[in-house]
Amino acid sequence: MKISDVKELLDAEVLCGEENLGHDVFSACGCDMMSDVLAFAKDQAVLLTGLVNPQVVRTAEMMDMVCIVFVRSKRPSEAILKLAEASGIVVMATRVRMYEACGRLYINGLRGDKLKEHV
Amino acid sequence: MEGFISTVSGAISSKNMSEPLVFHFEVDGSDFTSAGTASVTVKKNLRQLGLPSEVIRKLSIAMYEGEINMVIHAEGGTADVIVTEEYIDIILKDQGPGIPDVDLAMQEGYSTATAQIHSLGFGAGMGLPNMKRYSDEMKIDTVLGVGTTVSMRIYIR
Repeated sequence: MKISDVKELLDAEVLCGEENLGHDVFSACGCDMMSDVLAFAKDQAVLLTGLVNPQVVRTAEMMDMVCIVFVRSKRPSEAILKLAEASGIVVMATRVRMYEACGRLYINGLRGDKLKEHV
Repeated sequence: MEGFISTVSGAISSKNMSEPLVFHFEVDGSDFTSAGTASVTVKKNLRQLGLPSEVIRKLSIAMYEGEINMVIHAEGGTADVIVTEEYIDIILKDQGPGIPDVDLAMQEGYSTATAQIHSLGFGAGMGLPNMKRYSDEMKIDTVLGVGTTVSMRIYIR
């Protein structure tokens, strides 16, 4: 799906990176613990999280992720958005909670770690 | 973070890799929000050099975890990255408390980080294991009360 589909499915508000909504994404992960994202994520393009601090953007950048979704109405600061903009990362915010946000994306074809699907 | 990069611009413009590229950063230990700035800078520079994306990713994750560790546990330190044609070395040096039991610290899930660090999304006990996972070689020199130096090497080919 495209990042614009993520926005629609989650009824999300795009906070920065609007110009990149046309990018294709094939997998996502939902996590509040950035250490675990760094340990276990692989080729996931979208990060859903309820954690709001600049390290979320840096973690996404390190993992080559292209989109961050802040769930359950969390709002990032201007400083966080500036960091994301500098890295070309789309940031959006949704009222939907983590479990449901992941579920909506998953049933519409945005899967998790490809390796784990076969376990 | 008060970082500076030496010799980078000339090497990028000339694309001459016969001389190693050297990055040097002072990692500010007083501000968690700025932790990782050095890793982001290195990643952006290495992308411009056209190194394989998998190499860049491994290096930047390993270095980022190391930077976070230095800020959480050691009030900052220095980070040096040396890029040669065959490999990239990352040397992270701090004057922190040292690691009492390196084998224990290397276990996934073991952490001495505070609840405040957990609330920031770190301190899950994955830092050192991740650094080992993403580097090809890793060495830890630590002396209690003196400091720790973590050296990591990632091969380009």
